[in-house]
Formats: sequence, structure tokens, C-alpha cells
Amino acid sequence: MSTKKVDARGLSCPQPVILVDRAIADGNTDLEILVDNEVARENVSRLINRRGMKADVSQNGPDIIIRTAKSLKIAV
Amino acid sequence: MRNIFSTRTGIIAVGAVIGIGAALLQYFGNPPNMGICVACFERDIAGALGLHRADVVQYLRPEIMGFVLGAFVAAFLAGEYKPRGGSAPLIRFFLGIFAMLGALVFLGCPWRALLRLAGGDGNAILGLFGLIAGIFIGVQFLKHGYSLGRSYSQRKASGWIFPALMVGLFLFLVFQVTFTPGGPIFFSLKGPGSQHAPIFISLIAGLVIGALAQRSRFCTMGAFRDVILIKDFHLISGAAALLVFAFAMNLILGQFKPGFEGQPIAHTDHVWNFLGMALSGLAFVLAGGCPGRQLFLSGEGDMDASIFATGMIVGAGIAHNFAMASSPKGIAAFGPAAVVVGFLFCLVIGLTQRDKISA
Repeated sequence: MSTKKVDARGLSCPQPVILVDRAIADGNTDLEILVDNEVARENVSRLINRRGMKADVSQNGPDIIIRTAKSLKIAV
Repeated sequence: MRNIFSTRTGIIAVGAVIGIGAALLQYFGNPPNMGICVACFERDIAGALGLHRADVVQYLRPEIMGFVLGAFVAAFLAGEYKPRGGSAPLIRFFLGIFAMLGALVFLGCPWRALLRLAGGDGNAILGLFGLIAGIFIGVQFLKHGYSLGRSYSQRKASGWIFPALMVGLFLFLVFQVTFTPGGPIFFSLKGPGSQHAPIFISLIAGLVIGALAQRSRFCTMGAFRDVILIKDFHLISGAAALLVFAFAMNLILGQFKPGFEGQPIAHTDHVWNFLGMALSGLAFVLAGGCPGRQLFLSGEGDMDASIFATGMIVGAGIAHNFAMASSPKGIAAFGPAAVVVGFLFCLVIGLTQRDKISA
């Protein structure tokens, strides 16, 4: 499955989490999420961990990029 | 750098500090079961400024200023101070107004609902059930794509406005400024507004809690919302800690008095305790945070949160001027009307402010 991109920049709590949760519920395991604040990074990372995946975080200027690493539990 | 305050242990510790701090503030002079109440204290500030003339609830509460300024300093040091805004400000302003109208029908914000329960006030149970019901309704909107849209980065030199306002209010308090003879700034001589801890104890408590809450993202509305929405028990462990530690501290200090009748700054109208807090809970979900959280976000430079907080202060003026705010005698003549109009407003906003559901 191709990388699913989620742009959650500028969205207030809890919308980044809802968007990512919906993407995961749709069966995406390879996600690239853009957020622009620490709270969203923490919340989205926590959700990804709770869904059995690992969150890989990197910084790109003002944006934070969260990628899901290879699924731990859900085999594709 | 790992943020220890946003771990499970961190949020529990912060909830405990707030619970203990609130009980101690009451011990040092704040009103009973109101060691900290964001809605009540913003209402007192509105009164001190003369936005309403209810002479028993007028005081410039340093806790509120401390919340904003503590969060401002913490965010600045952590590199999280980030001026931003532009996400439906007028809607947020009115959500703030109606959140306050609901809170003043119940007589408290979610923090005080927990503190009232921790002090033995059974009426708080109705309020908490109402809060949960309102949050549940709000979550349904979230699930169907509710969004007030994105905020955008603002210039660095714009995020200081709300913190600066807090500094100004603190100076008014310290110097007890009078603008006209018999005019503002008003300070209550009797009633809850006259009951307060020493200024610097209140300020320091506010600063500490503001800083800790900014780091930990403490939010009482988010606590229930996350459980309902995604079964995430992270934030609610903080709210639970607040309740448990405030209760324990109240027992130690002899401040625990169980019952429904004769509870301080509370009434026993179960229906409107429930519905008032339900309106607030719904408005908090639609605005993305409880009143405390909105102050901490304001400190971080979130101008949308500052608009909401300003709406709450204006809403307090409206609540008292238009006979909508309850008193220990019961609800006021237009309290129910305020709740009905507030619900209509929130339902319209919840139904109309939606993004297409696609990530």
C-alpha cells in the first residue's frame, strides 16, 4: 500500500488524532503525518503506539513529520 | 528532549499538585470548594473590572494571571512559545460566552466540579454527569468531521498581548487602582469575592500550576473526551489525581463536608446543575479545551484560545447583568433561557462547521 499522507498542521486538539485514527481504521499502515506543534506530535505518536505501530519523528523547518515505522502487530 | 511531564506519571503528578494546591489555597483564604475555579475566577475578574456589578464576586484573581504567565514562561523555555491564530475567532468568542453562561448556571468550571466533589458537595455529581453528557454530544460532532479550520502562525510579537493583559491586571491588583470615585477597580467587601489567599501565595500557585499544566497538557475536558473518543485514559488519570488528592487534602485540613444541602456557593437544582454543565462541556469540546487549558494555550501564544478566554470574561458580565447566573438560592430567572440559547448556538455550530471527512 502506498504512503498515506495526513496534513494536520494548524488543526487544534484532537483533530490530528482523529484524522490519523481514521486513516489507520481505513487500513493504512504506512502513514506520513505533518503537524506543527509538540502537543500534536505527542498525541499522534501516542495514538500510533497504542495502535501497535512505532512513530518515527523528524523535523522539517516549522513542520514535524511523523512516519509510521513498520507495523509491529498488524502484518500487511 | 523527552518531556517527562507529558508521561502518564507526569500528568498524574500534575493533577496531584493542582488538587493539593487548590485545597491549600482554600485553607489560605480562597472561597470554600473553590480553591481554584477558572470560570468563577474569571467571573470575579469581570466583576472587578465593572463588567458586572454583583458586589459579592469582584476580585482580580492572581491565580488566573499566574496560569497564563506560568504557561508563557514554561512554553518559552521549552521552545514551544508559538504565536498562532485565525481559526474562526468570532465563533470561539461566542463559545466562550456560552461556556461561561453554562458554568455559572452550575456554579463552577470542570475543575471546580471536581473540587466540589472532593469537598463533599453531592450536587457536583450532577454537574459532572452533565459535563460528560455535553462532551459526549461534542464528540459526536468531532466524529462527523467538526472543525473550526486551521490556525496559522502569527508574528512573534503578537502572542504577548494576552500575557501582557495579565501583567496589567496584576499591577491593578497590587496598586489597588481606582479609576473613578466609587468606580472600578471593584473589590468585594463580602461574599466569595472578598475571600482570597494572600496575593503572592495565589500568584505563585498560579505560576507553578500554569507552568506544570503547559508542560503536561492537563485538560479536564480532554480527559473525558479522549476516553469517549479513542478510549485513551492518559488525560483522565490527571483529572482523577486532582480529585483524589484534593479529597485527601480536604480530609487532612478538615474541609470535607458531605451532603447536598447548604453546600458553599452551590445550589441543589439537579436539572439545571446537569444542563448548565452539559452546555459548558459541549462548548469546551467545540473550542478544543477546558477553561484552564484555554489559559495555558493563551500563554503559549494561541490567540484563538485567548479569544475564547476573553469570551468567558465577557460572558460572566452578561451572566450577572442579565440575571442568568445562579446563586446559592438557586437558578436565576433567565438561567434556563441562557442554557437553551447556548445549546441552540452550539448545535448549529457543531452541525455547520465541518470539513469533508478525508485526511
